[in-house]
Amino acid sequence: MTLSIAKSIMAKAISGWRQVGQRAGLAVAGLALGTHAASAQTPMYYLETFGPKGEITASLTWGLLAISVFVVVLMSVLVLVAIFRAKRLEPAELGSKLPVSHPGGGHRWIYLGLALTTAALIVMVVWTMEVLAEIDEPAVEPAFTIEVTGEQWWWEARYVDPDDPSRTFVTANELHIPVGEPVRIRLASADVIHSFWVPALAGKTDVIPGQINETWLQADRKGVYRGQCAEYCGVQHAHMAMRVFADPAEEFRSWWEHQLEPADTIPEDDELLRVGQEQFVLKCGACHAVRGTLAGGEAGPDLTHFMDRTTIAAVTLPNTPGHLSGWIADPQHQKPGNKMPNLDLSGPELNAIRHYLETLD
Amino acid sequence: MRSLKRFGAIAGACLLILAGCNGAEETSTGSDPQGDMARGAELIAAKGCGTCHEIPGIDGATGRVGPPLDHVGERMFIAGMLDNTPENMRTWLMDPQAVVPGNAMPDTGLDQEEADQVAAYLRSLR
Repeated sequence: MTLSIAKSIMAKAISGWRQVGQRAGLAVAGLALGTHAASAQTPMYYLETFGPKGEITASLTWGLLAISVFVVVLMSVLVLVAIFRAKRLEPAELGSKLPVSHPGGGHRWIYLGLALTTAALIVMVVWTMEVLAEIDEPAVEPAFTIEVTGEQWWWEARYVDPDDPSRTFVTANELHIPVGEPVRIRLASADVIHSFWVPALAGKTDVIPGQINETWLQADRKGVYRGQCAEYCGVQHAHMAMRVFADPAEEFRSWWEHQLEPADTIPEDDELLRVGQEQFVLKCGACHAVRGTLAGGEAGPDLTHFMDRTTIAAVTLPNTPGHLSGWIADPQHQKPGNKMPNLDLSGPELNAIRHYLETLD
Repeated sequence: MRSLKRFGAIAGACLLILAGCNGAEETSTGSDPQGDMARGAELIAAKGCGTCHEIPGIDGATGRVGPPLDHVGERMFIAGMLDNTPENMRTWLMDPQAVVPGNAMPDTGLDQEEADQVAAYLRSLR
């Protein structure tokens, strides 16, 4: 009872301070990120969140931060007071008296300190437990699941419709979710330990080989939220990012419908595209799939609707003809150590493959 | 006195009109070299030229796919085909496949003004 009262008082006191802090924090983040903020609408900023799961976690973050700052300030003040109030020994007293004495009576401070610390720690533990319990499951059962597999160094996403297995499809690195609905995320790893983190929506969940971990996401505002592997997983860990697009429900459903379709067939008379597709199947198809063609590889991202994605190589580069050309021609320079090899391509082959990829919308 | 005033007003108006014309001409021929170069640098970054080319002054432009573009303003040829003139650079940037069919450089979707701005930046690399 007293605990919950203490907690609610603290929460109220914090909420005002939190808004001020958020503004200041955003300003600082904006300054620090500068131009990057423009390309990634939501940078890796976790103090401002956009969903029920994020909200409650952010409140806890701010609360624990406020308590910690208060404790640091209090201790600093006490130490300074002790320093300035300490009596200097007169020269005559030197030798006869110890520089530090125990005149007695200090025990009261120790008891008080212990009591305050214990109370604060109990509030923090209970609050944290409550938040953990509250974010464990969404308020309503999610309508579908995204099976996300962490791989060195990208994310595979398999959308699973629980009622109709034929409505399953695979994409990569850019998740789409409907605004205002919880979505279950089932996490697996293909190789080493990764961690799934979309800071504006939810905390981290580890992605562990041989184990399925579950989490859920909900965004209450339309937008693009950046995600990032949050567990060091090898040389390109920093280039293992993702984007989560929260779209209005209608838009999301039509996106799903579109993803189910195979790639468009290329026009018979387009020689460049014919060569492009042929070369793609021959040189890229062992690792990449384009549904509706002979390219059926599973080692790399499914590229059936590649042009729907705004970025390439797990949000390493924007998806523009220039970046795409450079990536296909020399992936080892852009993302050294990644699993995509530099291929033996001629200029015309590169040109044809890029043209073909640009038709995969 | 009054006619002098009127003359002054007319002359002033003419000057203003001329100045206006001059200003309009300036923007259309792009005689803001610094602005063009700055805009060109932004375009080079946005279009990903640096994924294939090493380009001085552009963040992350360390590509090893195509030729490095240092001193490109002093080079004799573009793509080994065209004289390195501003007009030819524009042509090349806007439609590289028309100049050398099948070559590895894509059409990055630059319009004429943008191509001129990119060319202005490249010309400054001496």
